[in-house]
Amino acid sequence: MTRPMTPQEIVERCLELSRSDGMIVLVDETSSANLRWANNTLTTNGVMQARKVTVIAIAGAGTGASSGIVGRSAVAADDLEPLVRLAERAARDNGPAEDAQPLLDGDAATNWSDEPGQTSAGTFKGIAPALGETFTRGRVDGRVLYGYLEHQVETTYAGSSTGWRFRHEQPAGSIGITAKSADRTRSAWVGQAAPDVAEFDVSALDAELVRRLAWAERTVDLPAGRYDTVLPPSAVADLMIYAYWTMGARDANDGRTVYAKAGDGTRVGEKLSSRPVTLWSDPAAPGLECAPVALAHASSGEQSVFDNGYPLQRTDWIKDGTLAALIQTRHTARRTGLTPTLGVMNLGMDIADSRGGLDDVVAGVERGLLLTCLWYIREVDPQTLLLTGLTRDGVYLVENGEVTGAVNNFRFNESPVSLLDRISQASVSAPTLGREFGDYFPRTSMPAVRIPDFNMSSVSQAS
Amino acid sequence: MAHDLDPAFMALPMRQLADAALHHARGLGAEHADFRLERIRSQGLTLRDGNLDTSRDGEDVGFSVRVLHEGTWGFAASVDLTADEAVNVAQRAVEMAKVARDLSPDRVEIAAEPVHADVTWISAYAVDPFTIPDADKIQLLAERSRRVLAMAGVDHVTAQLDQVLENKFYADTAGTVTTQQRVRVQQFFEALAVDATSGRFDTMSTLGAPAGRGWEYVTGADGVVDWDTDLDELGPLLAEKLAAPSVEPGRYDLVIHPSNLWLTIHESIGHATELDRALGYEANYAGTSFATLDKLGTLRYGSPAMQVTGDRTTPHGLATIGYDDEGVQAQRWDIVRDGVLVGYQLDRAMARANSAELGTSRSNGCAFADSPGHVPVQRMANVSLQPAEAGPSIDELISRVDDGIYVVGNKSWSIDMQRYNFQFTGQRFYRIKDGELDGQLRDVAYQATTTDFWGSLEAVGGPQTYVVGGAFNCGKAQPGQIAPVSHGCPAALFRDINILNTGQEGGQ
Repeated sequence: MTRPMTPQEIVERCLELSRSDGMIVLVDETSSANLRWANNTLTTNGVMQARKVTVIAIAGAGTGASSGIVGRSAVAADDLEPLVRLAERAARDNGPAEDAQPLLDGDAATNWSDEPGQTSAGTFKGIAPALGETFTRGRVDGRVLYGYLEHQVETTYAGSSTGWRFRHEQPAGSIGITAKSADRTRSAWVGQAAPDVAEFDVSALDAELVRRLAWAERTVDLPAGRYDTVLPPSAVADLMIYAYWTMGARDANDGRTVYAKAGDGTRVGEKLSSRPVTLWSDPAAPGLECAPVALAHASSGEQSVFDNGYPLQRTDWIKDGTLAALIQTRHTARRTGLTPTLGVMNLGMDIADSRGGLDDVVAGVERGLLLTCLWYIREVDPQTLLLTGLTRDGVYLVENGEVTGAVNNFRFNESPVSLLDRISQASVSAPTLGREFGDYFPRTSMPAVRIPDFNMSSVSQAS
Repeated sequence: MAHDLDPAFMALPMRQLADAALHHARGLGAEHADFRLERIRSQGLTLRDGNLDTSRDGEDVGFSVRVLHEGTWGFAASVDLTADEAVNVAQRAVEMAKVARDLSPDRVEIAAEPVHADVTWISAYAVDPFTIPDADKIQLLAERSRRVLAMAGVDHVTAQLDQVLENKFYADTAGTVTTQQRVRVQQFFEALAVDATSGRFDTMSTLGAPAGRGWEYVTGADGVVDWDTDLDELGPLLAEKLAAPSVEPGRYDLVIHPSNLWLTIHESIGHATELDRALGYEANYAGTSFATLDKLGTLRYGSPAMQVTGDRTTPHGLATIGYDDEGVQAQRWDIVRDGVLVGYQLDRAMARANSAELGTSRSNGCAFADSPGHVPVQRMANVSLQPAEAGPSIDELISRVDDGIYVVGNKSWSIDMQRYNFQFTGQRFYRIKDGELDGQLRDVAYQATTTDFWGSLEAVGGPQTYVVGGAFNCGKAQPGQIAPVSHGCPAALFRDINILNTGQEGGQ
């Protein structure tokens, strides 16, 4: 039996086989392990090894080139030549690509020969006993726990016919725990993301759940309406992730997003908020590190396979309240006359005059709401980026700066772009996990924000 | 047209790997083990204004072993198709079960299922889309895109075509061996119009649903969707929508076309009657359900006009298959009968653990994993609202409304974690005045609570109004999985539903 090929060997062999004018090969090696639980007992689990090989063949040169992209999960040495030929044929069939640009030049990174990162069931050896203790405490105290713990290491090897070789290892861990009272009428949630699961303090998370379930022992029914509302960092993350995902320059230039200017062009340079709000991405942000070069497996309005290997840097999307940049490929930047500002896989928001933490923001509220997180967020009107969604797992009544009980859940209708101008108070930003989009976009740093007139459109009976 | 199982898939060493993995799992003391090897071919093409924008051509091959060891699940997966790795994966699955053992006080047992020894199943389609040259696909999409782009007032056109060829091999320690193949496709076009002066913009999409059909559905050769007519209507419909008056919010009677209603069924009935949600397994992610097990047989879900079935047998259904990912043969059953909750969607472990409450000790075959690397969980069957025999046409339903709105096509959707409160928009909304359509409206969303909404169902249309909708990408579980699912339904009449003006909701 032959030895499986290493990811570096796959990249090099495909590039050797290439007969096209250019080629980029990406190999993603993913190692993951997870535990899932409900009703104070484990339900499913898994350890998975996965590999994805993406071959991007380029036919022609310069801005008249075309691309063909083929991906495969399981490849042996004999599969590579057919894979390369398939990509080359697709490149010929596809015709000139709108986003065509010359491939970047470069050299091999110093860590190119390192092996892929790994995780395993053993990763949970430290945290599993702590989880077991929380289940036991839950059973004794009449608290029902549900949750998910995951650790994943994805190592990407990318190389091009123009010489560059790049290796990026991306560890990602996350934990989310929902606790309900025995009668299921009270519900609370905590979640956290970190590269290493050792950073998760299960006992501390459980203690926070206990505190929140206690808050909900007094309940108050409130009708739909506009409320002075404190959104914690998780909720802000989900809203801002959506605002960021919508920042494609091409769509704005087409006139089809909230960032389009009436008549022509985009709103870059326009004041979106009177507050000193900065929305940024930075591949080197401490604790939120992500790939420092572009790694595109397909082209779209927001990314281009021709930009693979392009160095990424800190980008302020909104600076001091003004829309400063949109997600630009080299192609769309040429069309709009702006600098390429490629998408980055993390997002942060800072508000210059913010102070303290979530509790400090709550302390300033005379009568209002404190949310736990948002859920089922969907776009209702792209013109204003009106989003709808629900509150979930704990909406708390704040009176004179203190939580005094829990209220019913609500459906909201709000635009994150509109909210930026209505922030009356904010905390210092901290790493957080968006409840809804954290699975896809786990690296965020957000403040808690207070919105004096958040639109709760109707009551949800969910508990 | 009868097809053979794809020879390239059949050439993979699935039986050798299955024997190695199951033998090893048995040797390690597993009371049950199953082995699944899959190959999922997928291709996606997106065109913008008739030019290729995105192309993806993927093939996901791998295998997994799931064991029940001392009453505890263990799962492991890999992509290296060797017998040695199959043994390693079985070993890792048992190790995972041991890690899980201390956290799992309850012992899992699975419902009995007849052994299906070496059976095959292939879905109904005429032409495998992967036999069509890419150039032909791009040409068809480009011609259709340019036709729409040439219409007055259309500024941009997006076209999308997705195709999947899914092969599954399953074997378990009881002796069931299944080999299956199915095909699905989805195609849609969206036209965009921008008013350069005001900056106002809007879109209009074709309504052809994704389906468990082949290339013949994409071209229209099977006659299921009249793509030519749909494309020709996009420009005029969009122009009318952009010029339409904004809706006055309030309460209206609604006639809802199946192209919109399927999604409301999916969210408010399909997910709410998944037993894993009702039992809390999804409480940390997708959510739970108001339709808890103690309400089976008594919960008044909606009006007596409401008859809802679950099935994995409807020809061309996206959830349709011969055997599920636990070796259970596909079935059809009632979920809501005369407006009362009477059934759930099940897998083998839940069927066994809740047999007394369910009144059955057999799974109805809803276990599904979206890839060889993911564990099977209970996923949605084709959940469908049945038409009324000799029931009314759409025109007849509209004629019963004095002041209302006719809803066509789906767009935005959202529902709470227990499936009570939902809000939907659509592709187009027509004002109904005195039983007749009176032009389009803008900025409409309907919002309701599930049982109130279905309780307001006055009438369902006849079989002539029945259309099957669906989606490729229903999301659930952690790690996240997607699943394809279809929902058939007739047009239907609902009384006194809350309508929002989305512009006013956004503070405009």
